[in-house]
Amino acid sequence: MKQRLLIVEPSELIIEGLKSILDGQIRFKVLEPEMGADQLDERLAATRPDIVLINPTLIGNVSRLRGEHPMAVVALVYQYVEREVLKHYDAVVDIRDSRAVIIETLAQALPGDTEAGKSNYELTKRETAVLVELAQGKTNKEIADALNVSVHTVISHRKNISHKTGIKSVAGLTVYAMLNNLIDESALL
Amino acid sequence: MIKSRLFSSDSRLSDLITAHPSLLSLLSRLGVSLGFGDRSIADVCEDSGVDTAFFLLICNVYTFNNYVPSTAAILGTEMTGLVPYLEKSHKYYVEKRLPHIECHLDAIAQKLNGRIGKVFISFFKEYKEEVETHFMHEERDVFPHIRGLMAGKRDATYSIGEFIDTHSDIEGKLDDLLNIVFKYLPPQVDDDNVLDVVDDILRLSEDLKKHTFIEEKIMVPLVKHLENAILKK
Repeated sequence: MKQRLLIVEPSELIIEGLKSILDGQIRFKVLEPEMGADQLDERLAATRPDIVLINPTLIGNVSRLRGEHPMAVVALVYQYVEREVLKHYDAVVDIRDSRAVIIETLAQALPGDTEAGKSNYELTKRETAVLVELAQGKTNKEIADALNVSVHTVISHRKNISHKTGIKSVAGLTVYAMLNNLIDESALL
Repeated sequence: MIKSRLFSSDSRLSDLITAHPSLLSLLSRLGVSLGFGDRSIADVCEDSGVDTAFFLLICNVYTFNNYVPSTAAILGTEMTGLVPYLEKSHKYYVEKRLPHIECHLDAIAQKLNGRIGKVFISFFKEYKEEVETHFMHEERDVFPHIRGLMAGKRDATYSIGEFIDTHSDIEGKLDDLLNIVFKYLPPQVDDDNVLDVVDDILRLSEDLKKHTFIEEKIMVPLVKHLENAILKK
């Protein structure tokens, strides 16, 4: 199966260059790129890419993103970036790298099949947070406010939760949350 | 293409059951008792006062997932047995299948930590109430409407459009329950009750899917036709 790749990069020139390099690659399907990081959480929740190629100057804290979305994260650099920042990435692509090196770097950064299969079905921290709020009887809007995300993001998380657990109803998810000790009775209304 | 595989009236009823044992639970709902020996479907139906074409229509729908009877086939079949069949099915689900499942779930809940057990069992009780309300609505509004139409009367206060707009699926939560039971219950409750209830839920879920199918793909087109026919008079 093709790995879904999301490019997050402000320069159209760089984006087009990357697309042309990756075009025709059987391993990757390049998703519609993001030019900035403002809508990134929503985009990640909605499209669930396998790998993200991102310009580190666009985001402060990449660790938080990784905690919430299971994916490989590769830094895209064209200037000097501190080593301290880059250590949070799975790999680094320099725009001066050759075509072959870029493709190889991205391929290496992908999680192994078994690991990917495993992590894909575990709830992320963010999904768990949504689940806990949901089990307390909150509406999508209330959950969005509590977690400081958009309603759209909450809906995406809910879809992912149901997809992973096979449970769609709120009542069913509440039982799931209790069985997994995510909430206790005091949290229930 | 699929037609050639459908059952016909001169097949032995026992052959049909041997090939598709799950149809056994349909017989009493269709008004046929056991003890039919080696007689043909047509003979058994005649003795039981059941319309053979209707009997076959329901059996074929239950057996062949891709089989959607044409409107012509529905209108060409004697359908007076439909409402009694649906009513008996409701009774079967509410009085037989759901209590059966509840019994197993009660035993499972006993093994769960008190409050988790309570939430677990109340999930099912809520579901059961939803199903009962769903059925009650159909028995109160839809079925009398159909009986009236079949008797040539049109009740202006109700139309099948309302049913189409509001008919909700009742299998969804059963799938949730299934996932909870076989994936997420703690290992200490791993016993025969879990296996039994998984079987029961799967059976009921399949049955309810067909039930919904019959209501939406047979009952609705039939009622639309009857409503239109009466309007034209």
